[in-house]
Amino acid sequence: MAASQNSLKAKGSGENFFSRLIHNQLFIPIAALAVLVLFNLIADPSFFALSLDKNSAGDPVLSGYLVTILDNASELAILAIGMTLVTSASGGQDISVGSAIAIAGSVVLRVLCGTDSRPTALQAPIIVAFIICVLVSMAFGAFNGVLVAYFKIQPMVATLILFTAGRSIAAWINNNELPVISDPSFGYYGNFIPGIPIPTPVFIAIACMIIIALVLKFTNLRLFSQSVGINPHSSRLNGINPEVVKLITFIILGVCVAVAGFIKVSRLSTINYSVVAKDIEMDVILAVALGGNALGGGKFNMTASIIGAYVIQFLTTTLFKFKVSSNAISAYKAVVVIILVVLSAPIVREKLTELRKKLVPEKSVKEAA
Amino acid sequence: MATNNPIEKQAKKRAALTDTNLLLIITIAVFVIMYVCAVVFLGKGFAKPQTFFNILNENASLIILSCGMSLVMITGGIDISVGQVTALVCMSCAVHLDFNGGNVFTAMLIALGIGLAFGLVQGILVAYLNIQPFIVTLAGMFFAKGMTTIINATQFNVENEEFVALKSTRLTVPGMGSTNKLGEYVPAYVEIGVVVALVVVVVLFCLLRWTKLGRNFYAVGGNNQSANMLGINVKFTKFMAHLLCGLSAGIGGFVFFLHVGSGSPSHAAGAEMNAIASSIIGGTMLTGGVGNIAGTFFGVLSLSTIKNIVASLGLDEAWWTNITVAAMLCIFLLLQSVILANKNKSKK
Repeated sequence: MAASQNSLKAKGSGENFFSRLIHNQLFIPIAALAVLVLFNLIADPSFFALSLDKNSAGDPVLSGYLVTILDNASELAILAIGMTLVTSASGGQDISVGSAIAIAGSVVLRVLCGTDSRPTALQAPIIVAFIICVLVSMAFGAFNGVLVAYFKIQPMVATLILFTAGRSIAAWINNNELPVISDPSFGYYGNFIPGIPIPTPVFIAIACMIIIALVLKFTNLRLFSQSVGINPHSSRLNGINPEVVKLITFIILGVCVAVAGFIKVSRLSTINYSVVAKDIEMDVILAVALGGNALGGGKFNMTASIIGAYVIQFLTTTLFKFKVSSNAISAYKAVVVIILVVLSAPIVREKLTELRKKLVPEKSVKEAA
Repeated sequence: MATNNPIEKQAKKRAALTDTNLLLIITIAVFVIMYVCAVVFLGKGFAKPQTFFNILNENASLIILSCGMSLVMITGGIDISVGQVTALVCMSCAVHLDFNGGNVFTAMLIALGIGLAFGLVQGILVAYLNIQPFIVTLAGMFFAKGMTTIINATQFNVENEEFVALKSTRLTVPGMGSTNKLGEYVPAYVEIGVVVALVVVVVLFCLLRWTKLGRNFYAVGGNNQSANMLGINVKFTKFMAHLLCGLSAGIGGFVFFLHVGSGSPSHAAGAEMNAIASSIIGGTMLTGGVGNIAGTFFGVLSLSTIKNIVASLGLDEAWWTNITVAAMLCIFLLLQSVILANKNKSKK
């Protein structure tokens, strides 16, 4: 009797652990990451090789697929921060981030180049360009935010306006010219700082993560955006102004866009309006979804979103390595997305739980026998 | 039910001007005013009937896509895969006709099949598994985009004779036409796609207005739970909306193919956004429950007229078109929002 109780208890706690693991929000992104890592280990272990090379300027740089992933996922991770907040508070997604990055990049180049599209020297300090870019992006974020918060337009559709016009506005800012900056110091932010072998965007992304962690820890942002996302009316009754909270999340996303746009133009020291950050909005939304965050708003887990961003980039790089053309990649991503959303759909989850329950009693009967 | 009572009559009259009708009237008025202004201020180009029919010729597929989109939007969903499905249909049909020696009829079947398959899968995922339509159709869009490139990565023109004959078939519009510079009378024409588009518009208009399924679309979009309590099969209704949208994407894809006559991965890029914009301008509310196919039709016409106006103003750099379209979208969205706010206020 006592033994059977013990075994029941043990099994109970085991099941708890299992269900806790399954229901932990970090489970899906980390499991996806593990699957990808495992797949690469089996397919070709050289995927994880790192080497210290010298770049054209003779500085030591780390290279390898892992570095590429960390490097290229920086913008995604930064954007995922803002997108998670927007998703949480407004229950919708901002699809204009790609276009907004084009605008941000265009502003940076415009300030740095002045009127000349091929300047020999920078026309303004880089920090000034960055600040102006942040302000402009915040303004565009606020535009989206006002439409969503005060005019009660669905976020996806409100941002459709900027999505349509963004790249055109970006081209218009620079008179449709393609400015090129020759000053090497501008390239430090998107590539390598001489002497440091790790790509700079990685540090920028980490800095952004630390900032958002501190903000979430020491302000009410998390509480407010979650409560607004879950129920704006009761939030209002509790003294939270849902409109302002939504607006703030969009402005924060604007800042993230500015940082990502700055990195993007710094990588190439130039910009191509129709190509820069193309389809990045889809990747960012995917990252948020992959992190297990409800796309209908409410509770969110920032860590899961950020890990999601790295998983997406891991997937992209893996596909690139296997010589999948950049356009065909989307088909594979689609399959991954469908599998993920189907698995995380509540109905499917219920069915799975039922299935497990069916399996578990059989076991206990066997054990009792 | 006696409607002789004057109060009831008045109430009926007021009820007739619902949101759907009000938004429809605004859309038609905007289109007419815009076109008349274009004729008056921009000279004779717009006065030629052919200019108008060219708008139809160029946007036949967009009309079909937008109608499908409106159906989904009326039920409160969204489908952003239609543009890439169009590209996939074009490429599949092109490859089928030119590389595999197929005929036009089987190409049509392929187009419909692709559309139906997308509608079916997306419908099941959205309606029965309760996944957000945006994410499902986003995946659909990715998938279609990737598949298009996997089938064939480069653009090529179709040279199948049967197809080219069908493509260049022009139906003259009786009683319309204009004299060209040489003084010859040139009758106005439309392509076959326009006829298909008009048929789709009429069929879907009747479906929404007079069938049970059509009324269910509005009920589900208006309020999911009340519709459920009234005994409407909400899941099936949503499923049907996505299925019909997929089907219309298939038809629209073939019409697009018929217009351009080539397969390319970059075909119909952004068509989903144009379709959403047209639906919104046509008075379909994103919140669901409000919308009209006739409005969508005029929405497409307004959108393309403004594009033509911008082009004929000499601002033909690509960015002006996009910026004006975005501005127009913005105005209509704000309009909807204001109408909705007023309605809520009067209710209270």
